[in-house]
Amino acid sequence: MMRIELTVNGEKRSDEVEPRLLLVHYLREVLGLRAANIGCDTTSCGACTVLLDGKSVKSCTVLTVQAAGHDVVTAEGLAPDGELHPVQAAFRQNHGLQCGFCTPGMVMATVGLLSENPHPTEQQAREALEGNLCRCTGYHNIIRSVLAAAEAPEKGAQLTGVAENAEVSA
Amino acid sequence: MIPAQFEYIAAGSAEHAISLLSEHGDDAKLLAGGHSLLPMMKLRLATPELLIDIGGLSDLAGVSTDGDDLVIGATTRHADLAASELARAEAPLLAYAAAQVGDPQIRHRGTIGGSLSHADPAADLPMALVALGGSVALQGPNGTRKVAADDFFVSYFETAMQPDELLIAVRVPRRPGVPWGYQKFVRRANDWAIVGVAAVDGRIALANMGPTPLRATAAEQALAAGATAAEAAVYAGEGTSPGEDMHGDREYRRHLAQVLTRRALQHETG
Repeated sequence: MMRIELTVNGEKRSDEVEPRLLLVHYLREVLGLRAANIGCDTTSCGACTVLLDGKSVKSCTVLTVQAAGHDVVTAEGLAPDGELHPVQAAFRQNHGLQCGFCTPGMVMATVGLLSENPHPTEQQAREALEGNLCRCTGYHNIIRSVLAAAEAPEKGAQLTGVAENAEVSA
Repeated sequence: MIPAQFEYIAAGSAEHAISLLSEHGDDAKLLAGGHSLLPMMKLRLATPELLIDIGGLSDLAGVSTDGDDLVIGATTRHADLAASELARAEAPLLAYAAAQVGDPQIRHRGTIGGSLSHADPAADLPMALVALGGSVALQGPNGTRKVAADDFFVSYFETAMQPDELLIAVRVPRRPGVPWGYQKFVRRANDWAIVGVAAVDGRIALANMGPTPLRATAAEQALAAGATAAEAAVYAGEGTSPGEDMHGDREYRRHLAQVLTRRALQHETG
């Protein structure tokens, strides 16, 4: 066992972990943060996407010990006061989900994308989400949600419908 | 899936990592981004007893120039290489290749040193290194040696690196403004190439056409003798030994190699 210290959703944590404990298992089973889902468990589907130092990563392929000293944000950390993050609000407004299993990963990948490219084109948004699979194949509304979130004026703003440039070709 | 048990040490320096490698030999594996190693450990295809984490060695990361070479530190992550203005100007083929690896999450973690050391013949960066005529710097207990890309890749997932050596940096010749082409044929997003081709300055490298990234030597010779891209591309499958899988048989891959080589020689990307 190893003692590690890291920050999760703004809170400093200190825990004893086995070196082989995957970050997604640490988040779900040690901290009880269940937003990050285990989908494929093979670095393909992106359902376990979280932010590590602000960048999207697949937490099924990161050891918890690799996150020591770093900053992790899960979907739970996006809305600490219960007010939806603009990306979450955009997914809700544009029905960017069907069964919902991929949604936390889609949302975190989108937050990561918008921090690197605040105003992606539709093509850029599609390519940026290539690491996230929706098994309902509900991609059109997911892309609409990403583009709407990019148009949200500021965190916490109410989003009103699909943004002007969010027309998505079938 | 959960890896077998192992011990974990975060190396404090390259020298520390090398001394641990010398001490533990084949029982130890280096960990950087972990995006080749951890999936193998989860499948128990790899069961190292010790992981030596070099991911935190920031002096091994970064892109710089040294004379006629662009130098990329081993722990430079794919996303950082793809976004590097210096790399995009001096070795645009390499920056482009880094942007084709996996998907954004994978590129945020994976490193160039890890990808080259893993030596998957279907991967982007090994092919790019061969196309560019680059080299790697391997540091061991007795110093650092330079190995050319053509000599580094030995077979499937096998390199010329010794168990006590650490890949510390990658060098490619600076080629600002030189036309290049890159083709990666995939059926699924974030996949490995069914066949890949990278071409620059008369050199042509193929991915997934044999146990290592291969030079398309016959096509290169035809080009040098004055053949057009279409004429030279006909020879792209010569001397290759592609495998067969659900994506295609050997004949199909050789055909792909010809088509993609022509496109790469016409400086297309895709």
